[in-house]
Amino acid sequence: MSQSLREKLAAEFRKFLPTENVVDQSTSLAAYECDGLSAYRETPLLVLLPETIEQVQQVMRICHQQRLPVVSRGAGTSLSGGALPHPEGVVLSLAKMKRILKVDTLSRLAVVEPGVRNLAISEAVKSLGLYYAPDPSSQIACSIGGNVAENAGGVHCLKYGLTLHNILALKLVGVDGEIFEVDQRSLHNDGYDLMPLLVGSEGMLAIVVEVTVKLLPIPRCARVVMGVFDSVEMAGDSVAAIIAEGIIPAGIEMMDNPAIRAAEDFVHAGYPIDAEAVLICELDGTEEEVVAQIELVEGVLQRGGAVDTRLARDEAERLLFWSGRKAAFPAVGRISPDYYCIDGTIPRKALSRVLTGIRELSAEYGLPVANVFHAGDGNLHPLILYDSNNEGELERTEELGSKILQLCIQCGGTITGEHGVGVEKLGEMCIQFGEAERNQFHAIRECFDPLRLLNPGKAIPTLARCAEFNSMHVHQGKVPHPDIERF
Amino acid sequence: MNDIVDVDIEAELVTQVAALAAAGGSVEVVGSGSKRFYGESLDTLPMEVAAHSGIIDYDPAELVITLRAGCRLREVEALLAEHRQMFGFEAPHFGPEATIGGMVASGLAGPRRGFAGNIRDFVLGVKMLDGRGEVLQFGGRVIKNVAGFDLSRVLVGSLGTLGVILEVSIRVVPMYAIETTLAFEHSSADAHIRWVNELGSQPFPLSASAWHDGTSRLRLSGSEQGVNQAIAELGGERVKFDWAELREQKHDLFVLEQPLTRVSLPPASVDLVPGRPQWIEWGGAQRWLSGEVDVAALREKAVTLGGSVCAFRGHATDVAVFHPLAPTMLKLQRSIKSSLDPAGIFNSGRIYPGL
Repeated sequence: MSQSLREKLAAEFRKFLPTENVVDQSTSLAAYECDGLSAYRETPLLVLLPETIEQVQQVMRICHQQRLPVVSRGAGTSLSGGALPHPEGVVLSLAKMKRILKVDTLSRLAVVEPGVRNLAISEAVKSLGLYYAPDPSSQIACSIGGNVAENAGGVHCLKYGLTLHNILALKLVGVDGEIFEVDQRSLHNDGYDLMPLLVGSEGMLAIVVEVTVKLLPIPRCARVVMGVFDSVEMAGDSVAAIIAEGIIPAGIEMMDNPAIRAAEDFVHAGYPIDAEAVLICELDGTEEEVVAQIELVEGVLQRGGAVDTRLARDEAERLLFWSGRKAAFPAVGRISPDYYCIDGTIPRKALSRVLTGIRELSAEYGLPVANVFHAGDGNLHPLILYDSNNEGELERTEELGSKILQLCIQCGGTITGEHGVGVEKLGEMCIQFGEAERNQFHAIRECFDPLRLLNPGKAIPTLARCAEFNSMHVHQGKVPHPDIERF
Repeated sequence: MNDIVDVDIEAELVTQVAALAAAGGSVEVVGSGSKRFYGESLDTLPMEVAAHSGIIDYDPAELVITLRAGCRLREVEALLAEHRQMFGFEAPHFGPEATIGGMVASGLAGPRRGFAGNIRDFVLGVKMLDGRGEVLQFGGRVIKNVAGFDLSRVLVGSLGTLGVILEVSIRVVPMYAIETTLAFEHSSADAHIRWVNELGSQPFPLSASAWHDGTSRLRLSGSEQGVNQAIAELGGERVKFDWAELREQKHDLFVLEQPLTRVSLPPASVDLVPGRPQWIEWGGAQRWLSGEVDVAALREKAVTLGGSVCAFRGHATDVAVFHPLAPTMLKLQRSIKSSLDPAGIFNSGRIYPGL
């Protein structure tokens, strides 16, 4: 893209945006080249940082008129390349729109701008005894607008739901610069319910400019019990047994041995480094309720073959038990030059089949894999350890990742539980969905954005892309898994 | 184990729709007909889908059930109860043969909705038949899934206007250990509304609230310890109250000869009709009025508070059943219908003109 076009456009946007809110210098643009999936990089034409809804509208009107692709961006923590810039388009950063506009205690809601950090909401309402439930691992940095775009989850979503379940209203700017709203504060919706389309739409349907989130009362008591196992299968069966008791834990997480070792080495949470698996189970509610449930869960874990169960003695130890799990990604980052995080979901009963498959694939590719698992909802995060300095290793890592996702589909699961498709999983979308479904996705997109200007090239593969992916993955004249139900 | 019949008529339904798509024409998709009153009336021929029945997959430990849309809600609830599980939204039946497809398509939830999610929140995936006669699958059978636009949830409450629901996967929840109802006196609706919303800021195991004629009822569901502690703190009088009767609108206020109006408001909103008999549910979000109402005037008031009004049943035919949408929103929603049902075969006009 020519420098003169960049300059001309920058001047146009500076008519209504402060000079420093239009980023056009290559050194500054470099900060926006990638998001959390740093293997993919692209330099945008410009980065724009509006501070008001009106400015977002003006930006969109100009981009619409000039047919410029627009990639919206929150905090840039996407792990799927959702905010990867378009070389001929602008990045629309919502990072400067970070005010909490209103907290309504009686209605238990907060109205916030999209750039507000996830954790900042809970911090702001803590003194009122309230919090915002979805807690993705990146919650200290990630923005609520990005959470809406990705339908972010977290360790507590089995009990408290994903972002979709915790949003009451959205204000959006459409591709033509017009504002529209989806308001479900009345717990009712007129006409079609667009919330599930918009939440998780990866910036392809509209720009989120205001979010009304649901606030929940902070549970009076939360306690954590850890179960130590000699086999991941036994740990997995224990999760099913806890749920069969009628208990929905606030969080239930599993780590396998490589993940346990990395985490223990990093945070010294007291994890047993010889264990094949640990389960970390949090229960919340009233004091008496939690005491009773902890007793039940400890019994289930022991009957399920746990070699040890440990109850966090106090709040400090509860947080310590969690710290290892929450730091699992950076912990793995310390033992390997690079790691690649996969995000498949499986029916829980397929866990041992999938873990066995991952072990075999890991051996075949010669790349170690550590597994952390949102065990309650079947969301598996295998972390592939690799070194990008070794020629071809990134490509082999991506291929291994793709194989793992295909295994998840084969087992009745899905290629992404919470990280989104982005640019990363376009190929696997060709396997999970048939052509008719993919065509329907494109049709839905065109209802909102007929010119396909919003985040083009993400989330839904084109026909050509799938043809290419399938030709790369044809073995002995067959596309992968022609027999599976594409569900 | 269960009485749910296993009959697969998918192929026949595909043939029917393909013929309609080729020849032109439109139909009213009908399950058992229990919720046929809901929405604008249609004068097209019925397309019967209730025979498509059977459990595709149910493993209680996975907390997910996948079934054909013609399954009877009553029978599915019985099956779940055998495993001490249930649907988390307490859908009204409005008839003994109510189907799962009708439950999803109507999107109607019951007393629990005020304190838990709606049907949309629990739907995980669908298999559906679009207006081209094509079978499409969206979502999945796992609790966490963000691959592709989530059209399965858009079908909830779409009243059959987007296609025929063939199969649906729904998240289920464990049955509570104990349940009890407490009664409190609140002479005005506003006093009830304020009180019940203040309670919402505390972690009580609330599962329903209802106010009528000076009495608030509060249902608590959960573990023995949690519920008993809440009872000790809340006080009130332990009463027997038939929540299913309220859910099914069998109470005196819902007399069938009278028009019934549903007012939806952000829960803490003030009473719009002081002095008028009403049932207030869902912590204040859902309010039922019986008898003649100036729907247009009520709509004007509700809109200013972020709410809307549905002429639910028995109103004059010139009153729009659903609260009108802004023109740009209606246009967008029509384009979504067209993308799945380009010729307008299914239930066209059930919600709004062209929708």
